[in-house]
Amino acid sequence: MSERNSEAFLVGLEFEGTGVHPHSWRREDSRAEELFTASYWVDLVTAADRGGVDLAFFPDSFALQAEGRQATRGRLEAVATAARLSAVTSRIGLIPTATVTHTEPFHISKAIASIDFSSSGRAGWQVEVSDTDVEVSLFGRKTLQSNESLWEEASEAIEVVSRLWDSWEDDAEIRDAATGRFIDRDKLHYIDFEGKNFSVKGPSITPRSPQGQPLITVDASRLEARELAVQRGDLIRISASDVNEASATARLVHDHAAKIDRCVRVLLDVDVLLGADRGAADDALAELEEWAAAPYVPKSLFYRGDSAGLIALLREIRGNSGLDGVVLRPLALASGVEKIAADVLPELNLRPRTGPTLRERLGFELPVNQFA
Amino acid sequence: MTQNRIRKQVHLGAHFPGVNNTTVWTDPASKSQIDFSSFEHLARSAERGLFDFFFLAEGLRLREHQGKVHDLDVVGRPDTFSILNAVAGVTTHLGVAGTINTTFNEPYELAKQFSSLDHLSDGRAAWNLVTSSDAFTGENFRRGGYLEHSQRYARANELVDAVRTLWDSWSTDRPLVDRERGIFATDQQVGQFSHTGEQFDISGRFELPRSPQGHPVLLQAGDSDEGREFGAAKADAIFTGHGTLDAGKAFYADVKGRLAKYGRTHADLKILPAATFVLGDNAADAQEKAYQIRRQQVGPQTAIAFLEQVWGRDLSQYDADGPLPKEDPTDDVNITRGRVRHVKDPRAVADQWRAKSEAENLSIRELIIEVTARQQFVGSAAEVAAEIDSYVQSDASDGFILVPHLTPAGLDEFIDTVVPELQDRGSFRTEYAGTTLRSHLGLRHPHEQAEGVRAS
Ligand SMILES: Cc1cc2nc3c(=O)[nH]c(=O)nc-3n(C[C@H](O)[C@H](O)[C@H](O)COP(=O)(O)O)c2cc1C
Repeated sequence: MSERNSEAFLVGLEFEGTGVHPHSWRREDSRAEELFTASYWVDLVTAADRGGVDLAFFPDSFALQAEGRQATRGRLEAVATAARLSAVTSRIGLIPTATVTHTEPFHISKAIASIDFSSSGRAGWQVEVSDTDVEVSLFGRKTLQSNESLWEEASEAIEVVSRLWDSWEDDAEIRDAATGRFIDRDKLHYIDFEGKNFSVKGPSITPRSPQGQPLITVDASRLEARELAVQRGDLIRISASDVNEASATARLVHDHAAKIDRCVRVLLDVDVLLGADRGAADDALAELEEWAAAPYVPKSLFYRGDSAGLIALLREIRGNSGLDGVVLRPLALASGVEKIAADVLPELNLRPRTGPTLRERLGFELPVNQFA
Repeated sequence: MTQNRIRKQVHLGAHFPGVNNTTVWTDPASKSQIDFSSFEHLARSAERGLFDFFFLAEGLRLREHQGKVHDLDVVGRPDTFSILNAVAGVTTHLGVAGTINTTFNEPYELAKQFSSLDHLSDGRAAWNLVTSSDAFTGENFRRGGYLEHSQRYARANELVDAVRTLWDSWSTDRPLVDRERGIFATDQQVGQFSHTGEQFDISGRFELPRSPQGHPVLLQAGDSDEGREFGAAKADAIFTGHGTLDAGKAFYADVKGRLAKYGRTHADLKILPAATFVLGDNAADAQEKAYQIRRQQVGPQTAIAFLEQVWGRDLSQYDADGPLPKEDPTDDVNITRGRVRHVKDPRAVADQWRAKSEAENLSIRELIIEVTARQQFVGSAAEVAAEIDSYVQSDASDGFILVPHLTPAGLDEFIDTVVPELQDRGSFRTEYAGTTLRSHLGLRHPHEQAEGVRAS
């Protein structure tokens, strides 16, 4: 089991639209016109990569955002976006969301493994379910499932994906000219998964990727996802209204994980709106709320103010036991990324982590192949 | 030579060598078929050579021979979408074309994936539609193998219609971003769609604005009458195996002849056969190289495996350098699974092969080399350029999707030597005129093409 390194502190960023505030597109600096272009995403993510951000999260869903026509709507596929960025970034972990309710686990497994290849071992996968009628209608194959059924299916999907990732042993390719064999077929394995929701034969068409098992992320903000997070997640995202609550939750998660001999990293979501000073940040929030005609309801701890204040908050979080890092969620993405990369991260003196793959840099061991 | 008209232009695709015995993996120059550096190398070379697009085939289950994973050829390939998106990041003009099955995917998801690829590549995406489906491949999917063979094209047709409906669901007559009025995606009903048919009953809101090409370019691969009809009705290009001059001309005339009833013109559909090539200093040198490559492609074990496909039984006790088996084939057509080609009448094939090997005094391996020979363009660079050009000028094709026998540098020599020859002949671009794949292929925006009558 990998040891948690208490000095390590992970900083992730959520790359959502023009920011997690759906009206942030109206800001002058939002680059809203470019939302569906590669250059928008390349600029933002490469800036974060150079600035030392450890993890880039790309949220996704099949449902068009429900907000009215004054909010941004539309979304590039997260897995595609992560793949597009894989060869033009160098250090940052790429963690797209892929939902499992309507998608084939066989497709997910090779899509993420392929990003792991093209990024030289920096891929992850945030597992989500589709829990609305709207999404059911987009596919027309199922009826709406209960929460219990959705997360049970998610667990099966992760099991299938994980087995497929291991369905080739690392040294399966032998190129043995003498016997004419390209592979040693005994090092390829049928996964023969039989579940409640589907069965999958395997092996994968894609060989085992650099990390073996790309990092699984589960957002455990919702209670119904907690169990799955502890059982299956490597990176577990939590929400809290203050640092004490966050640290209590994190300890709980770590205790549960330790009981089943699992090592996880717990990351606290922090909504962020930065300005030159508190007054400027308050004004920026007031502007967003006016456009939305509604107060902003943060997902988790909400920081607004200048960069110095965010640095202080991050130091406080870092000093609290149980929390391994944060996922910063800028309300306004373009300016947020710029300030976080330029002003905030340098002040945290994050020690450059070494290791050829993301897994190793984050202090996880490379997993042993379950079939070898 | 004076030219009083612009010569018909040759279109070229770069096929990343896939999972079959074309790839000579025993060659010291053969590198990884899965490391991204290989995909990057081929794509950058193709772009340097001003190719129209980079191309990936697909197979969703590992092939089996005698109930075990086939181990003699290259095995292992990436996810099509992920690699094409990554390749788009290291190129600027090259089209990125992916083979994606119409049976094991759902319209909403495909529409989003291809639209994303088209947006993220600034208009360079193409989808090669394949319908191959069987219970064997289906074992990797929830859908399973239940789709009847006869329903493949019914599903494919409806799938394309549904996907197109989704791609068109955001109106484009007003700006996406209206800062002045504070309105994003003006249309209240943005993305609204519904499709009801035999195969799909779906509705809701699509998530993406129309992509740079309007619709990604559609390629089709499949050769039955239904397949040809489907291609003529829906595709922008057909990927075919018809590689000889006469077969090419017949196929070309047949498929282009079907366009009129869909209100389409000859220019709306390109015919692009797969083609292999071997280059040498002169014809004799190229022939000698071609022979050596064939021997590498068909080693003794591969020769026996090919024979077993026809004979439907284990023939491992036979010597590949000896004569063909005396015993007759069985009716077991499932000895090899996951391959596209099937032998329809094994006994007839066996008789034919025996006769040929006796008449020409061929060993098993020599016979298999002969009957599976796929090297099409063999010669000096000038000869190969002339031959390719003659195919295109005589309407046997509109170009080719080239399948190199080496990964990943197998196109480099072609690009350095044949491309300039084609350019000298006035048959190939000297720079990209536009940035989208549609513009490279000379295809109109989908909405400018006449409304097609629906194939059914
Ligand atoms: C040139 C060519 C290339 C093909 N490539 C693929 C491929 O990469 N993956 C696949 O699953 N099927 C491939 N196919 C199979 C076709 O999708 C089709 O299912 C098959 O040819 C049977 O359909 P048909 O009866 O219309 O010919 C290919 C077919 C042709 C002719």
